[in-house]
Amino acid sequence: MNEVWVIAEQRLGKLMNVSLELLGKGIELAEKLEVKLAAVILGDGIQALTRELVYYGADKVYLGEDARLRLYQSEPYASLIARLVETEQPQIVLVGATSIGQDMASRVAAKVKTGLTAHCVDLYIDEDSRKPQLVEVVPGWGGSLMVKITCPEKRPQMATVSRGVMAKCTPNEQRKSEIIRIEVDISAELKVETLEMVEEEPSGVVLENAEVIVAGGWGLSSVGDFKPIEELAKVFGGAVAGTRPAMDSGWIPESCMIGQSGRTVSPKLFISVGASGAPQFASGFTKSKVILAIDKNRNAPIFEVADIGLVGDLRDIVPRLIEELKTQQFRACP
Amino acid sequence: MPLKIIVCIKQVPHPEHFSKISLDPVRQTITREGIPAIINSLDKNAIEEGLRLREKFSGKVTVISMGPPQAKDALEEALAMGVDNAILLCDRAFAGADTLATAYSLAYCIKKSGQFDLVLCGNSTVDSGTGQVGPQLAELLNIAHASFVKQVAFEQKRSLIVTRALERGYMKLRVKLPALLSVVKEINQPRLPTIWGILEAKNKEITVWGAADVGAIAENIGLSGSPTQVIGVCKSEIRRENEIFEGPPEEIVKKALARLSKLQAI
Repeated sequence: MNEVWVIAEQRLGKLMNVSLELLGKGIELAEKLEVKLAAVILGDGIQALTRELVYYGADKVYLGEDARLRLYQSEPYASLIARLVETEQPQIVLVGATSIGQDMASRVAAKVKTGLTAHCVDLYIDEDSRKPQLVEVVPGWGGSLMVKITCPEKRPQMATVSRGVMAKCTPNEQRKSEIIRIEVDISAELKVETLEMVEEEPSGVVLENAEVIVAGGWGLSSVGDFKPIEELAKVFGGAVAGTRPAMDSGWIPESCMIGQSGRTVSPKLFISVGASGAPQFASGFTKSKVILAIDKNRNAPIFEVADIGLVGDLRDIVPRLIEELKTQQFRACP
Repeated sequence: MPLKIIVCIKQVPHPEHFSKISLDPVRQTITREGIPAIINSLDKNAIEEGLRLREKFSGKVTVISMGPPQAKDALEEALAMGVDNAILLCDRAFAGADTLATAYSLAYCIKKSGQFDLVLCGNSTVDSGTGQVGPQLAELLNIAHASFVKQVAFEQKRSLIVTRALERGYMKLRVKLPALLSVVKEINQPRLPTIWGILEAKNKEITVWGAADVGAIAENIGLSGSPTQVIGVCKSEIRRENEIFEGPPEEIVKKALARLSKLQAI
């Protein structure tokens, strides 16, 4: 039976978290369709990573290793995966919507001439249709609308999903699986060649690991800097993030931008400060457990997506909040 | 060495007005009446990069857009920024295209327009933001591509050294021409059209091509060329408590913290 696939991504020998999250979703889809869940991974000297893929749910791993695949190379990666898709004919292919996954998946979909849906926030099987098909839910027009997309005729059905959207399963180290080696032949001269990859160490608390995230928006222009956000985050031992205007103002790096074109996060507590709550921002944190919003405009849409709202000038509220938190010794619940 | 550069642009609704885009509950269609349209912001960076390369190496910059007749406004703005030619790919047969059908349509248009060295486009659009059309177009043109490009330099006559952004960090790539590059904001600061540019743009003509003009095969474009299909649109449902406190800061901060504690968030 046609399998469900997750194309796993590794960078410099490290598996990306989103790949494990996709396996979590893949288990559910494969069970519903009563087929096997397989992971595909390319690289060099990465056999050890297959174990992790198995623990997190892969019934089968397709492994392609070659010195020339050590770094992501757009042409051979896409050709190898497209060829494997053509021979094995999976019915669903899931890819992490990272800057590399998006690049690779687009090229694969164009090679096999099938549909690819980007940045899905939900995936499920519609069993009522003529043949069971994957329904892909994406936020449209900045997130104010949700759009359901299918790929009725062409196979495989391909989708990308951002980090933090799906949940990993509990790893099972007892799990066994089949490792299938892919034949790698890269004969043609590469038209584009990756010469080096530099992964920079993030400074401060990493967004995806943070239990508390404090995000600032354009409202911080009344202060002139991001200090109130940084101080508030520090009290919680949390991470600093922001909106697109905050990034455009140079207060945060692109890696800390929350929203449809940035990061999707789901911390225990998300605090929005001085952001009006444009849908393209809000779609990046709606899965947070609790949302606290601070803004001076009572009618700002941010209050519609928040559990708790504080209306007022952030220059008054944030210092008081910090003071109160310090005296009460509040901290994020473990 | 003169370069022949093609820049693909898209006219999009202004992001500040996205909340005004509403859903017709009966017809399940999107109404975007009265929402101003602009050139997708990263596409302006692509135009700028094209102009800079032309200024350095000489050559010609042609801008292409697929869209309704009013997309001419976007092309006029590109002409005013200084591009040499503009082509509007406009035909009902192109309507309803997903990313693959869009890439096909643009590929037909580029092939029809003749030899080229470089295709530039914005890495993603603000309205759908898939980032797929660039790499898919490169695949259909059978050329190299790089996405998330933030720096371009010539290494030799026919090869570039490109810096491409990662979530944290970057990759350096060697890219042989002809190639397609999708660019991000960091690459440059787009210029504004000058008065002279606006006046000059008025004398330039916009070529309008339909599906037949570019030799597009019906089954590859528009709705029929789109493997994906929209089966429904709904308002996003967000259920939250929405407990809003107003009043003196010291009081409402205390109230909020008490609530957070009750919700076990702190």
